[in-house]
Amino acid sequence: MNILYFLIGCSVFLALLFLLAFFWAMKNGQNEDTYTPAVRILFDDELPNENKK
Amino acid sequence: MNNSEIQGQVEILTQCFHCGNDCIEDQFHYDERNFCCIGCQSVYTILSENQLCNYYSYNTNPGKTQDSKSTHYDYLDEPKIASSLLDYADENVSIITLYIPAIHCSSCLWLLEHLYKINASIINSRIDFLKKQVVITFKHKEFSLRELIRMLAAIGYEPVISLQDVVKEQNKLSDSDIIKKIAVAGFCFGNVMLLSFPEYFGMAAFEHQFKTFFGWLNLAFAIPVVFYSGRDYFISAWKNLRNKVLNLDFPLALGIAVMFIRSIYEIGSGTGAGFIDTLCGLVFFLLIGKWVQERTYHHLSFERDYRSYFPVAVTLISEGIEKPIPMDELKVGNRILIRNNEIIPADTILMKGDAVIDFSFVTGESAPVQKILGEIVYAGGRQINEAIELEVIKPVSQSYLTSLWNNEAFEGNKRKIDTFSDTISRYFSIVLLIIAFGSAAFWMFDDRAKAWQSLTAVLIIACPCALALSSPFTLSAVLSIFDKNKFYLKNTAVVEQMAKINTLVFDKTGTITAPEGFRISFEGNLSHEEQCMISSLARNSGHPLSRELVKWMKINEYFTVSYYQEIPGKGIEGLVNNKMVKIGSASFINIRSEKKDTGTIYIQIGDHYAGYFSFRQCWRQGLKELFTKLGNKLNMHLLSGDQDSEREFLLPAFPWEDQMHFNQSPQDKLNYIYALQQKNNKVMMLGDGLNDAGALKQSDLGIAVTDNINNFSPGCDAILDGAGFEKLPNFIQQAKDAMKVIYISFGISTLYNTVGLYFAMQGSLSPLYAAILMPLSTITIISFTSTATHLFARKNKLT
Repeated sequence: MNILYFLIGCSVFLALLFLLAFFWAMKNGQNEDTYTPAVRILFDDELPNENKK
Repeated sequence: MNNSEIQGQVEILTQCFHCGNDCIEDQFHYDERNFCCIGCQSVYTILSENQLCNYYSYNTNPGKTQDSKSTHYDYLDEPKIASSLLDYADENVSIITLYIPAIHCSSCLWLLEHLYKINASIINSRIDFLKKQVVITFKHKEFSLRELIRMLAAIGYEPVISLQDVVKEQNKLSDSDIIKKIAVAGFCFGNVMLLSFPEYFGMAAFEHQFKTFFGWLNLAFAIPVVFYSGRDYFISAWKNLRNKVLNLDFPLALGIAVMFIRSIYEIGSGTGAGFIDTLCGLVFFLLIGKWVQERTYHHLSFERDYRSYFPVAVTLISEGIEKPIPMDELKVGNRILIRNNEIIPADTILMKGDAVIDFSFVTGESAPVQKILGEIVYAGGRQINEAIELEVIKPVSQSYLTSLWNNEAFEGNKRKIDTFSDTISRYFSIVLLIIAFGSAAFWMFDDRAKAWQSLTAVLIIACPCALALSSPFTLSAVLSIFDKNKFYLKNTAVVEQMAKINTLVFDKTGTITAPEGFRISFEGNLSHEEQCMISSLARNSGHPLSRELVKWMKINEYFTVSYYQEIPGKGIEGLVNNKMVKIGSASFINIRSEKKDTGTIYIQIGDHYAGYFSFRQCWRQGLKELFTKLGNKLNMHLLSGDQDSEREFLLPAFPWEDQMHFNQSPQDKLNYIYALQQKNNKVMMLGDGLNDAGALKQSDLGIAVTDNINNFSPGCDAILDGAGFEKLPNFIQQAKDAMKVIYISFGISTLYNTVGLYFAMQGSLSPLYAAILMPLSTITIISFTSTATHLFARKNKLT
């Protein structure tokens, strides 16, 4: 059963990685604007027919 | 009617391709498209030249009407002013964040992020849609800041550049700190739960070697929760203790501390598993409650004062040379130049030029006021005629208008909102301590160990987690219900404040009057032909009163007008049907008028005076019913800065005649509110303009009423969209119901505490009970408060 020590160590380490990833995302400003990117992604590069109405 | 006399024209109304307003076909025609004005047409021209017509593909009529404002941006060439606006500048590139209120749809987003197509010197532009901000990176050597702003204005996205920097103020608000704390607490909570389960389910004998290991690991996870995530509770409790106040943070901090210490003892001595899981869960839920409570609107500002209305710079004339200077360098005695559409920043004396000042923002009165040479012109007005020269007589911060903000009375008069949980927690902490020490004393003689156990157990189980969460969750549910009904509160404490209101004070113009639409009446006699002549002339003018007049007259036949002339602030004239027609003020027509009312326009046809139109503002829809409903429960008052010509029109709707006051200066309004408060009234003030700002600030609850929430609104506790005005009684009722929900959930959480206390006082509290009871009570409270609040909202017709 001593393998448990190792497994718990792994799981805590993994969880810590996720926590750090979250901190990195916060610092990077990924949560500052949660609306605009959702609209931005819908734009085509160039609409095929500009005069279409 | 003789058709040979009237050259009737049939006109087809269509929609402006740019902004969607009604417009007359073929008046402004370009590229087979119709526009309502030259402004819209020129925006289209710029966009089509730069292959940016996709703008019109994402939404139909995405633009906003272009009123022909010509603003000077010369001041942006002053290095000092420019550098204060830029976020970053090096030798080649500059970065600036601009606040653009016109941003409203995906087309705006698309266009503003493709600015580089218009000018290659713009490297990058990025929008934050909800904040209505755009960050632009540009090469300032090829393309100056002034050119950039001018280009934005030309395509209909003029940024607001004001003395109080809206952008920097908004970026200050950031909740990232509390989110980090929640993340840490959540991380620890999850891991601790995982490590605690084996203990609850019982371990086989050979697994007991893990027990100590899990215990110490749990303790390690508790350290960041107590010392990082839960830090604020200790700080707040300590600060309040020093001020001899017991707030809710005191029992919370005590609970956290006791749990932590007892866990160290139990794990260290190997006598138990400790309360680490309860501890982490408690901090995690508490922080979520706090986060919910502190949620704010990023796109609204409640702290604005005159500075966000005033521009950053003004044109100074010294020795005949015009030079833009920053506003804070403006001194008494300086001579300044105010061009058409610029705002007068200080109290001044008119030295040169024809001043026609629009004080609509300050007083709410829509008709402009004419000033003569040597007359004092107060700050806040907008010049709507040719450029004028003024001499400053008072510094910007001490003018008639702005001194209200700098009034020292406000400094010491910061209203402390006493919330329900503040009141409760005072008694709660005392009762808690009595029970804890009482049960400890009871066991003291029998069993020393049990005394210590019951003391700590009481403090742990009575930790008012559910109580601390009931207010935030109820109030934030109310906030989001109000939000859907276009009523935006500054914070959750405002709801509690609103439930206590017993007196309502209304401003008149702009608050209870509808934003558009006039009641127009005519005194005199006009033939149909003459009516056509007046309508034909008036439709040439862009003045709001002329437009209203044309709309009201509903005449579809027009004469051709020649020799048309518009004299700003006076009137319009032109040759119609071989007769000279004049429409305008009394002095323009050269007649004497006893009425000194600005809502009146006089008509002269040929040589004879034909009569006058008087314009009265309309009340908002359902105003009478609203007043009746509110008047049943609350004291009603009405304050107006205008003359009392409207008194008789108001009386049918507002029957409390002696509580209706006219000719009130901003200071009078403030004093009136103060006097009401001295009589122990809780006053809610509804106002709109800068002239109400002092009163809004003084009142217990100041609500700014606006018809466009992106427009300037003075500092206040809440912003009410004109569309939600009718629902005012419902809002007040909902606030009262929300308080009921808080009281009930307080009862529920006390019930849970009593059950827990029963075990705790016997000294037999197992960590398992605590670990079940705490989350259970929390979840009950969260689900109860949000369900009950939404049920009340349905009852109050606020869904």
